[in-house]
Amino acid sequence: MASPSELNRLTIANAATMLRKREISSTELTRACLDRIAAVEPRLHAFLTVTNEQALEQAAAADRRLKAGDAPELCGIPLGIKDIYATKGVATTCASKILGNFIPPFDATVIAKLRAEGAVFAGKTNMDEFAMGSSTENSAFGPTMNPHDLSRVAGGSSGGSAAAVAADEILGALGTDTGGSIREPASFCGVVGIKPTYSRVSRYGVIAFASSLDQVGPFAKTVRDAAIMLRSLAGHDPRDSTCSARAVPDYPRALSGDVKGLRIGVPKEYFVAGMEPEVERSVRAALKQYEAMGAKTIDISLPHTAYAIACYYLVATAEASANLARYDGIRYGMRAAAEDTIALYEMTRAQGFGAEVKRRIILGTFALSAGYYDAYYLKAMKVRTLIRRDFERAFETCDVIVTPVAPATAFKLGEKMNDPLTMYLSDIFTISVNLAGLPGLAIPSGYDTNNLPIGMQIIGAPFAEETILRAGDAFERSGAVTLKRPAL
Amino acid sequence: MAQSKITLEQVRHVARLARIELSPQEEEHLRADMDQILAYVDKLGELDVSAVEPTMQVGESGTPMRADEVTNSPDPEAMLANAPARERGYFKVPKIIE
Repeated sequence: MASPSELNRLTIANAATMLRKREISSTELTRACLDRIAAVEPRLHAFLTVTNEQALEQAAAADRRLKAGDAPELCGIPLGIKDIYATKGVATTCASKILGNFIPPFDATVIAKLRAEGAVFAGKTNMDEFAMGSSTENSAFGPTMNPHDLSRVAGGSSGGSAAAVAADEILGALGTDTGGSIREPASFCGVVGIKPTYSRVSRYGVIAFASSLDQVGPFAKTVRDAAIMLRSLAGHDPRDSTCSARAVPDYPRALSGDVKGLRIGVPKEYFVAGMEPEVERSVRAALKQYEAMGAKTIDISLPHTAYAIACYYLVATAEASANLARYDGIRYGMRAAAEDTIALYEMTRAQGFGAEVKRRIILGTFALSAGYYDAYYLKAMKVRTLIRRDFERAFETCDVIVTPVAPATAFKLGEKMNDPLTMYLSDIFTISVNLAGLPGLAIPSGYDTNNLPIGMQIIGAPFAEETILRAGDAFERSGAVTLKRPAL
Repeated sequence: MAQSKITLEQVRHVARLARIELSPQEEEHLRADMDQILAYVDKLGELDVSAVEPTMQVGESGTPMRADEVTNSPDPEAMLANAPARERGYFKVPKIIE
């Protein structure tokens, strides 16, 4: 059921042009999105909080600015924000009960940047609790459905943002990616998602899961839109001491459409038994398309791929156990009734955290505990070095590396909830990219016989976002894939 | 995997460190989960990492420094606004008993 005006179906680039020419107003555009949200949310559940009033106020302000002339490209564009970002004055839950009715007194740096450009925030999107999951089924407030098939997951942990863009509820959205949490839901929902190089975007005000892995990134309907968003998000921030001071390129300018001579590495370890044959066929067909456009494919090996999940589930859980120690019921969020402080901590955390979060905190605490630190955490940190070196070696002969995003398309709700390890193994193609700190772009490469989206991943060397965006944009514009709008 | 690696006592010890109270069912589920996950991560033992340095930082190395100057204004009301319990300018907590 599309809204009468269908303005919500626009891309950011097209909407920005129409806003600038005053063919449409931000108020009309925002209303179209809010109407669409109201129409599909009962079935989709992509949003935890919808900020109708604030969105219309922001749209009105954007219209005044657009009238005055010389507004930034994102001015007046409705976006969704994963509920992991601190948004001043608006409830921020991280899809957990433990944050209670927490209302941040500050904006995350990237939120402040988008606000300053005049973007419109439609609301906070659903996610796996504390970003721990690959399906958004670990949300304390219920899952988000896949717009292409409501009986299936939207992916995770940024499932709400991915689904909302795929369903044309908003024109773009923010997610985060620690082990694949932008790329996998982008792949499952048939939209574009990019995890930038670690340190490219500020993490200040982003509720932390694993601080050496977490990264901010956008979801969009096209690669150009993702490039437009990334240009606004990236850049130095003194409040994030890991944030890079490198200049931010004008990413959309890199989208020349030319991939002649591009050297594409194809790692054999990413095309293995256990993958859905349709996924493999789709990505291999994409590689043929690249060759037809003048790129060159090179067989490579990333020999430590098989160790990435084991490495990740020690490093990430150890970091998470430290980052989640702050949820103690003292200064904000939920507080359990208790007679003494220790009991207060123990009961608050027992009642406030979901099962997956508890599992990862326990695993991480164990990996760091006396007697086990060397065997688990330290060993994982060393394996991480080997994984990084695999990529460094590969980028000596390749410009980009292309792989599937996930071994399969979106699975059914509830299908993987009984066995945590099965869920973890679905991260196999995305996780190494976080461990190595590299940029990774997910774009649709086709659909399976159930009309479920298949995603291709384009991995780059550190700070080579322009190269992977150029490669993705060229493929998208080649016409090799006709995008399917969900029937929702 | 017939041999159980992790004991309930180990799970309870770690739960105490992590300050999470677990029910008996949760303890047993986590014990089984840990067994399975740790058996899986044991595959890292196949690699010889004796000569490998651990990755401590993924981004650019070093810790950026700044001058020791106050750059924000204190706003105690904003900080206390989310407090589960407060009294005047304080977060109120249960007595810490020796």
